[in-house]
Formats: sequence, C-alpha cells, structure tokens
Amino acid sequence: MTNKTGPQRFRLQRALLDARQMSRMIRRMAGELVERHDELDRMLLVGIRTRGVPLAKRLRDEIAAMEDVTLPLGVLDITLYRDDLSTIGPHPVVRETRLPEPIDGRVVVLCDDVLFTGRTIRAALDELNDYGRPRAVRLAVLIDRGHRELPIQADVVGAQVQTARSEQVEVGFEGIDEADGARVLKPVEGEAR
Amino acid sequence: MSDTAPLRETPDAADTAWTRKHLLGIADLSPSEIELILDTAESFREVGERPIKKVPTLRGKTVMNLFFEPSTRTRSSFELAEKRLSADSLNFSGSGSALSKGETLIDTARNLEAMAPDLVVIRHQHPGVPHLLAERIDAGIINAGDGAHEHPTQALLDAFTIRQHKGGLEGLEVAIVGDIEHSRVVRSNIHLLTKMGARVTVAGLRTMMPVEVEKMGVRAAYDLGEATRGADVVMMLRVQLERQAGGSLFPSVREYFRLFGLSPERLKRAKEDAIVMHPGPMNRGTEISSLVADGTRSVILEQVANGVAVRMAVLYLLMAARGAAV
Repeated sequence: MTNKTGPQRFRLQRALLDARQMSRMIRRMAGELVERHDELDRMLLVGIRTRGVPLAKRLRDEIAAMEDVTLPLGVLDITLYRDDLSTIGPHPVVRETRLPEPIDGRVVVLCDDVLFTGRTIRAALDELNDYGRPRAVRLAVLIDRGHRELPIQADVVGAQVQTARSEQVEVGFEGIDEADGARVLKPVEGEAR
Repeated sequence: MSDTAPLRETPDAADTAWTRKHLLGIADLSPSEIELILDTAESFREVGERPIKKVPTLRGKTVMNLFFEPSTRTRSSFELAEKRLSADSLNFSGSGSALSKGETLIDTARNLEAMAPDLVVIRHQHPGVPHLLAERIDAGIINAGDGAHEHPTQALLDAFTIRQHKGGLEGLEVAIVGDIEHSRVVRSNIHLLTKMGARVTVAGLRTMMPVEVEKMGVRAAYDLGEATRGADVVMMLRVQLERQAGGSLFPSVREYFRLFGLSPERLKRAKEDAIVMHPGPMNRGTEISSLVADGTRSVILEQVANGVAVRMAVLYLLMAARGAAV
C-alpha cells in the first residue's frame, strides 16, 4: 500500500460495522459453517495473517459455543507466496506459518478479514498445496469488497460492500486493535496515486 | 467509533525497514537491521520443517555463487538456501574456471554483468573484493568471506544460534578462542556481538592476536581458563593447519591443544549452561576434544542447520529491497 512518494494517506469515508454488528455477523458466519454438518468434524480453521487470525479465533469460539466442538486453529503467512515481491516494499516482514496438524483429508476453512483482488487467497491456496492435500478448501471472509482480479469467491461472507477501487476497507479486532469494527477509507485528495 | 481516531495502528515500518542492496559486512549494519535479519530467519527456519521445504519467493531470479576460495559448508548452505527459495543458482569456483585463468577481477565483473544475475554471493581471498564488485555491477552482492576481513552470514548464524539458546545477546559473556588475527569469522562476530550488547573476550597465542585488538571493544586473554571463566558461550575457531606449514604460529599440535584446546575439564570453568560453538571445519584434538565437540553442550550441528535459514533471510531481504528500488 505504499509507493515511491511515501504512503498514501486516507481519511474516513463511511463506517460499515460497529462492534455489536460485527459480533452478530461473526456469529452468523459461524452458524453457516456449523450447517455444513458433513464437514464439521474434519474442519480446520486457518487464519491468514494478520487479521484473518483473530477472525478464525472468533469463529472457533462461536462454533464451540454452538456445537461443543473446538476446531483446531492454524495460521498462514503468505508473504513468501506473494506475486509482487518486486513491487511491494520497503520490507514485507516474513512471519511464521503454523498448521496444528496435517491438512491431508481435512476441510480447511481459510479466514480473512477482507476479500479484494483475490491475490492473497491465490497465494494462500498455493501455500496450502505445499503442506498437503486437503479434501476441500473453503473461504470465510468478514467483508467482500469486490474488484476481483482472479476467479475466486468466498463460501461464507459477513457482508458484501460496494467500494471504489481506490478506497480502503479497514477492519479492527479488539485485542490487537482499538475495537471491533469496520469502515471504508478514501484517499486524501491531491495525493492520489 | 469516532471519525478521527484510528481504528487500528499503522505499523511504523521506518525503524525496521531493510533498504540495503548488498550485505558486505556486519560493520555497516545497525542493531535493528541485525535484529530484522534474525527475526526473518526465524520464519525461514519453519520452512525447513515443512513437508515441502521450498517456497516460490525467488522464482525466476538468478543467484550466482562465485567462490574464488574453496568452501564446502558455506557454498552448500547458500545453494540450499537458494534452492529453498526457488531461485536459479549458478556456481563458479576458483579452480578449473576462468577465475583461475588470469582474468582480471574487473573483466570477471563485466562478464558477470552480461549474464544479469540478481544476486551474487562471493568469497575471495582478498579483503574488499565484494565491495569493489558492488560498485561495478548492478546485482546485489553478498560477502561470503573476503580474506581475513568479514564473513557476515557466519556471524549472523552464530548470533541466531546463541539467541535460540540464550533468548538474546545482550549482557552475555562470549569467549572466542583461536587464531584471532587471521579470522574473518572473529571480526564479523566481534562487530555483531558488541553491537548487540554482548561482552566478548578473545583468547589465543600471542602470535595469533592482532595488535591493539582491544580497540575493537573486546577483552584479550592469553590463557584459555581466563577467557572461558563465567562464559555463556565458548566459540572455538579452527586452527588453520595449512598456515602452520608456512610459518609457525605455535610449536606443535599437541602443544596447542595443551594450551588452548577445549576439553571437558576446561569447559567446567564456563557457566554450567554454556554452549560450545565452532564455525567448522573442526580439527578434533587440535582446538577441541571429541568429548566436547560431541557433548551435550555442543551446538555445532545446529549452527550448520541455522545457516540455511539465515542465508534465506539475507537473500530474501536483499531481493525485496532490490524490487522496491526498481
């Protein structure tokens, strides 16, 4: 999200979700995962760093409250699988990927906060492929903001949001951020790239 | 949610940014850059534990390994790091190539340039050659040892190994024993360890000790016991027996072992949980006894394994910085 002239600054365009709405939304998403009865017992939740991780945790907790089953949780860092190493910068920090158990034969639910171009998910699929052969991979995202560049779609979606390409969708999670919530930011004019 | 308060903190990238195109020595690096390499290496270590120990990060990039001096360990370690990052690597070694056929270094550089590598890993018997190359060609340069000057990736992997065992580097007592004068490993290690707040004591025969070594911020000792007393880390250096053939730095191998060889009894002076390191290749019975080398406190083989992760981190950071500058 940076370029040579320094990071683009953004300001609030509109609020999308407050903490209560977001909690309800995550509960509904957990419900939709639970409805996949035939898959639940072999499900593995995998959060994509950074904010797919708290989403995966919250989904696990909600599912545990509904079904008395605690799904295993993994963390995926897709930095090494990105297709834009030459254009990002200044330094994409590499963090660990941790999958709690082999994924062969499991149903992996990839979790991320925002679905945008689909490139992150493409990278995540490539990475999963190097770990084994899941029976199926599902995708759960809190916000689908459109503008796909690859044929990728989510199985469980919190909200579909219309955005302009230049805008940013920011999701916060209590614990690592100020509060739960989501909003749309737009570039500060005169600084557009 | 207020309109003005940020919902989430924007991480301040500035203080951990990696912008260097080359890794020529530890002397130029800041503590935060060193920290960043070690943290990045931590993540790459995990790649080595995966079922498929390969990531596509440097796919389509060319890395040239240019070794004017023989090397097995360092070259293989770089090669493995390159392969695990999916880079295409090319090896040139000193003997049997143009490198030994009288071509000048500048001509070699021009020829390399024509092959357009993205990164060049170079080892050379003369100090400063990597720096010269860095000025002449467009590729990123990694110094894999230049004369008795620096060997930065060795110092980084040593630091990485120490950090794994001791949690950090600050405040540690590190003894480095052997031929201090002729060792690039020592020089890089001294720079790194002192920058990160460790206290370093170097020890060896007077014939192996550079004059005014204290100016590098270390303590000099001429007795093994004195150097290792209370040490958290004991780093033994290889006695370069090939050097011994020409001049004579010490009377005999037996004499050397008696004075500076690390035996289990000698190790008792160090802290109870002290670790023993050696950059390899080691001469058993010269600078280290087999009981110590194969003992529970030896981390020598871990150093080798960590070398791959550290070199992956360096290759990755240099390539990412290169991309950002384009």
